[in-house]
Amino acid sequence: MIYEFFYNLTGNSILSGSIVALLPLFAFLLPFVLFAILLERKVAGHMQDRLGPMRVGYHGILQTISDIIKLIQKEDIIARDNDKLFFNIAPVLTFTGSYAAFAVIPFSSIFLGVKIDLGIFYIIAVTGLVVAGILMAGWASNNKYSLLGAMRSVAQIISYEIPTILVVLTIVMLTGTMSLIELSENQIGYFWNWYILGGPEMSLQKLFLIPFMLISFIIIYISTLAEVNRTPFDIPEAESELVSGYHTEYSGMKFAMFFLAEYANKFAVSAIIVVLFFGGYQSPFGYLGNSLGMTWLVPIEQFFWFISKGIFFVFIQMWLRWTLPRLRVDQLMAVSWKYLIPIAFVNLLIIGVISLF
Amino acid sequence: MSIRTEEMVLNMGPQHPSTHGVLRLELTLDGEIIIKVVPHIGYLHRCFEKHCEVITYPQVIPYTDRMDYLAAMGNEFGYVIGVEKLLGIQVPERVEYIRVIMAELQRIASHLIAIGTYGADIGAVTPFLYCFRDREKILSLFEITCGARLLYNYIWIGGLSHDLHPDFIRLTKEFIKEFKSNLRELNNLLTYNRIFIDRTANVGILPLETAINFGITGPMLRASGLKWDLRRDDTYSVYNKFDFDIPVGEGKMGTVGDSWDRYYVRVLEIEESLKIIKQAINSIPDGDVTSAIPKKIKPPVGHIYSRVENPRGELGYFIISDGSTSPFRVKVRAPSFVNLQIMDELCRGHLVADVIAILGSVDIVLGEVDR
Amino acid sequence: MKAYFNNIFTALLTILTGMKVTLRHLFTPSITIQYPDVKIPLPERERNRLYVNMDECIGCDQCSRACPVNCIEIETVKSLPGEDLGKTSNGKKKALWVTKFTIDFAKCCYCQLCVFPCPTECIYMTDVYEFSEYNRNNLIYDFATLTPEERIEKKENYQKFLEQKEQQKSQPQKP
Repeated sequence: MIYEFFYNLTGNSILSGSIVALLPLFAFLLPFVLFAILLERKVAGHMQDRLGPMRVGYHGILQTISDIIKLIQKEDIIARDNDKLFFNIAPVLTFTGSYAAFAVIPFSSIFLGVKIDLGIFYIIAVTGLVVAGILMAGWASNNKYSLLGAMRSVAQIISYEIPTILVVLTIVMLTGTMSLIELSENQIGYFWNWYILGGPEMSLQKLFLIPFMLISFIIIYISTLAEVNRTPFDIPEAESELVSGYHTEYSGMKFAMFFLAEYANKFAVSAIIVVLFFGGYQSPFGYLGNSLGMTWLVPIEQFFWFISKGIFFVFIQMWLRWTLPRLRVDQLMAVSWKYLIPIAFVNLLIIGVISLF
Repeated sequence: MSIRTEEMVLNMGPQHPSTHGVLRLELTLDGEIIIKVVPHIGYLHRCFEKHCEVITYPQVIPYTDRMDYLAAMGNEFGYVIGVEKLLGIQVPERVEYIRVIMAELQRIASHLIAIGTYGADIGAVTPFLYCFRDREKILSLFEITCGARLLYNYIWIGGLSHDLHPDFIRLTKEFIKEFKSNLRELNNLLTYNRIFIDRTANVGILPLETAINFGITGPMLRASGLKWDLRRDDTYSVYNKFDFDIPVGEGKMGTVGDSWDRYYVRVLEIEESLKIIKQAINSIPDGDVTSAIPKKIKPPVGHIYSRVENPRGELGYFIISDGSTSPFRVKVRAPSFVNLQIMDELCRGHLVADVIAILGSVDIVLGEVDR
Repeated sequence: MKAYFNNIFTALLTILTGMKVTLRHLFTPSITIQYPDVKIPLPERERNRLYVNMDECIGCDQCSRACPVNCIEIETVKSLPGEDLGKTSNGKKKALWVTKFTIDFAKCCYCQLCVFPCPTECIYMTDVYEFSEYNRNNLIYDFATLTPEERIEKKENYQKFLEQKEQQKSQPQKP
């Protein structure tokens, strides 16, 4: 993997470790966030018959960069009654939580932070940090709107973790592995080998699995949407009710950290869905590199496919955001406890029964 | 056993994204449940009524525009009718037709804002911009007619400031044609959206009796199930010549008089207004629109109460004349002001998020609440 | 149970209908324009900044009286008997020096009430709408064409004229 490559190159385990740790951030995450924010604004603009940002660069391509420059220049406001320690830690913690998930996300068969067998379990565990960060931000802000937003957010993320985990469990049960890279490798070949279409095994079982896999996909998509606080589940930062929820009081780079975490999270959950259901980094039509005999091209292609699939799901998140109104707190809970969880359980049962044959 | 919890006072506004201006709501909360709502108004008070006492009758018209700035035509209409009655003048038929067309176009524009901002309050931003796109077309119709987009000073005592623009009829017909499909699209996007219905149906139910006791008028009253529309029940201008329905709330998605009904009544009213405009532009008579404007406006001593159906409800002007060129007193019965007082009644027991949904369905304009 | 599945079905259906609408709009051309670069042509009746054509103004003060916010201030001085101020284009004889004609556009409410009473149609609204200023005083436009010296001169002239008249009156008439 990448770590071994750098270890051989530098011969220093600490140096190569930190390079590997920072690689996703600089090679992928920051460019992705820059791109995603622009995409979000452009998608929003064009869906609303507007143009979106147009001033900085051709069709506003450099808009996000200029925004970041603005955010860096901004005064870092800490109000008198804020709980300073927690107020300062919270954005870092939130970002750490969502960034840590990138350690195990397989961008391609070689671009991968660490290869651990409990990949999916690790992601679910480590993104729990985000909850702590958000609650901390809401509490330390000493602002009623922030507190309400944080409370809502925590309640929401915790209750939507259950359907997510149930669906993950379904896949784990079917495949017998928790390793993201193994899941991706399983789905090699063409797109009909993806788990959304019943997995790589060609049998009657596959045919039965397809509708239930589709249901699993819809459930996990909805619940991850709620986990990253996107519309229709964006009540923690519902701007028309709570101004902007837990990050109302933040300004400058700390606000940017929340923003970065939000967009990183957005990609992380899309990546999980891609790995679980849509073949991970595998190409849907076989590899150009293989057919041309250039094996070095394969990881690049894999990277391309992974990113495009991920961005596609991020795009759907944006699409939903600019289409739907948001739910109310109690309805949000009802969606989780009354609809998603029972259906996920039944789905788990049925897939379990099918996989017996 | 019940756990006693501390009440929290949450100040919503005057600078809050969805209090529709500078309204301040003092919410007393138990967790997220509303115990009490106290609206504090007066942040936009501009002494409209006092101003009227020192300026002449025609000069009041620009001031009336600025009360309900989303329905300026309607405001002028009500005032002008009152003064004309005081003066005892008859205006030409064409003037009345044009006034009705303008008032109905204004009603559509105003309801579009009500609907759009309501969607935005609930969290759907896109319908809001679609509504603004359509409203823009109405505003440009006004613009070619009188040159202003928002505050028109178009309806004058005894006539109008300008005749219709030669293109007006054609452009209005085009607009109606285009707007119908846009409205259908809006319904698909927002009105029948399940999440939107869940957020608004059975929220803030206003029983008819309470509505009448509080003096609620306009779409809010009709949503509670009473067919009461001044255009028909106390007809003015030439409204009796047109054929239109008065939509009432039916509780299609929940209970009669809930927020969804209030929203939907507005959507239906847009369609009725389109009907009126269509009839009016097809039968508009010829004539001179400025011929009946009196040279000197000096009503005899007396008083009058004139009322019109504004997009937000009954807009009434009580005008006292002391025989001079400026009114002795102009008192306005502003529909938003009266409708706003229902907030506490509607919100009690709901969640914080519902306050926004209810306030949006009440559809206030702060310019009119404070005047 | 039926209601339960119905809920799920309607929710998914309406969400998909909504998504169809927004997707269609994603590919329709946008209706907004890049404002300072592109401008929408304004209709002929546009009501924006006022303009006063002083060649036509007879200083009758009617616009000032019609204004509901008192943003027009006019001061005039009577012309001396010998002076000829010319005529306006519709044949009205000018008899007053307009020594002050200011419009405060910070106050102006663009209601057009001043335009209609004007007997010579010299005050009218133009389509200029971009005239914001950093200082509020810059929004007070002075339309009078006389130079400050001329204004003082005209006032003094008239004052002198009045005094002369007064003197003539007080002097005993020659038999």
